[in-house]
Amino acid sequence: MSFLRASSPHAHGRVDTQSVMRTVILGTLPGLAALTYFFGIGSLINITLALIFCLGAEAAILKLRKRPLGFYLRDYSAAVTAVLLGLALPPYCPWWVVMVASLSAIVLAKQLYGGMGYNPFNPAMVGYVVVLISFPLQMSQWPTPLPLAEQLPSVGAALQQVFSSEGLDAYTSATALDIVKQNNSQLMNQVYADNALLREGALAGAGWEWVNLGFLMGGLYLLYKKVFTWHAPLSMLAALSLCALLGYDSGSSQSGGSLALHLFSGATMLGAFFIITDPVSSTVSTRGRIIFGAAIGVLVYIIRVLGNYPDAVAFAVLLMNFAAPFIDYYTVPRSYGHDKARRATEKQEP
Amino acid sequence: MSDKTVNYADISKNGLWTNNPALVQLLGLCPLLAVTGSVVNALGLGLATLLVLLGSNISVSLIRHAVSDAVRLPAFVMIIASFTTATELLMQAFTYELYQILGIFIPLIVTNCTILGRADAFASKNGVLASTVDAIMMGLGFLIVLLLLGAARELLGSGTLFAGMDLLLGPLAADWEISVFGQEYPGLLVALLPPGAFIVTGFLIAAKNAVDHYQQEKAKAKQAPKTTGSRRVRTTGHIS
Repeated sequence: MSFLRASSPHAHGRVDTQSVMRTVILGTLPGLAALTYFFGIGSLINITLALIFCLGAEAAILKLRKRPLGFYLRDYSAAVTAVLLGLALPPYCPWWVVMVASLSAIVLAKQLYGGMGYNPFNPAMVGYVVVLISFPLQMSQWPTPLPLAEQLPSVGAALQQVFSSEGLDAYTSATALDIVKQNNSQLMNQVYADNALLREGALAGAGWEWVNLGFLMGGLYLLYKKVFTWHAPLSMLAALSLCALLGYDSGSSQSGGSLALHLFSGATMLGAFFIITDPVSSTVSTRGRIIFGAAIGVLVYIIRVLGNYPDAVAFAVLLMNFAAPFIDYYTVPRSYGHDKARRATEKQEP
Repeated sequence: MSDKTVNYADISKNGLWTNNPALVQLLGLCPLLAVTGSVVNALGLGLATLLVLLGSNISVSLIRHAVSDAVRLPAFVMIIASFTTATELLMQAFTYELYQILGIFIPLIVTNCTILGRADAFASKNGVLASTVDAIMMGLGFLIVLLLLGAARELLGSGTLFAGMDLLLGPLAADWEISVFGQEYPGLLVALLPPGAFIVTGFLIAAKNAVDHYQQEKAKAKQAPKTTGSRRVRTTGHIS
């Protein structure tokens, strides 16, 4: 008679990178649907292009590094980077913007550091920041959302805009955060009355609030699926809310916009649920995640209100990615029983 | 000391490749990263550095027996500072516009570790001729890296090459500017900013290491004895 001997754990959760990444892609769908409904098919084109460039770059570098192609391509990590990048870039931006962003994300931020699991920075955000500081003109042209635009660009017009940069200038307008930033030192009532984008929105600008609600919904789904814990997103949103509440005097636009504006415009929700929860480039411990998220929330507010750029999620995330190992170093959770033992020995000493 | 046989080929190879100040020693990174936004800036600063390095190496080598060990570093720094000031005045006189563009980085040549490093590590221990060759080769090694970096960043950042060379080389070079990608090139602005400098330098270092690695592998393959079949140790009698 023989016993099967195996050490614990005996019960396995069948979770692998592949299925987690697939769930994440599934989670972006509500936000993507909102983007497509309000801004047209631009984001779908972005995602398609980003998928082609990201997977192509990943395959090429893996080949150069003599790593198994199929194994790494099937884990969907490059696909997730591509999808997040496509969601973050402005719809209908020229194809070469997507190309530069994708190559920077995969080659510079991911593979040069050793590939999947070794990147200190979030690849999608590195790609986004590279094009944001390289092509400020193209990156500031967001299309006008649906209730304000008479009609969305047709597929032909959209493709023409992406591949030859012609014809869609009439569709672009400032984003909600742009408007607040540009109309510095005015009364907020005046800003809302002057700008249809803000006037039409219930929370934070027509279209934008729905996009953010979509990402919030997708994020809650991922939370329910236990893809990540609630600590980082909640502390980021809480810190951002606190800053907005403290800063906003509900009168002048100098004080940085209302709580709803900060929570439901720009990339807040995308950042909170899809970017800062990246398991590789964020912190590991529970306390660490709370600190990490809160710091990102504060940084987002500071850069949005005091910085040169209207939105700040990418910069804040990259800055805190730098700090993640440091935070982890100081927030190592105690292993079982250790703290108590130390307290016991300390008590004996006078 | 100077009658020791000096191998000039070794000194040259050291400065240009094996011990390249920018790619291997990673010295003088501040000017390397700050001013290499275009070829003309890189060439201007590279030549200035070469000039100062040459002057300081020769002077240090000349006075190496007269200066005691205790005060050698202050003495070297004084010499380097004099040459830097002279170079700065020369640039102010002949290439005023370039002098204004390079700004603080000309006086900062004083603090370039390559120069003090060569003075202390080489010129103070070797003869004048050897020190001269060392200065030229180290300076050229630095200059070449500056030029490569400047060319790569100018090409990526603004899509041109050799723009504004007349600032350094006179009106003759006024129309050297080549617009590589045409007028519509949007310009990868990040290449002109500090992060671009770090990224391009990283790629240059990687390329150098790759070449070194390739050569090592080749040398190893050549050296390895050609063994055909396996050798076996015979322990008992003979196997038939």
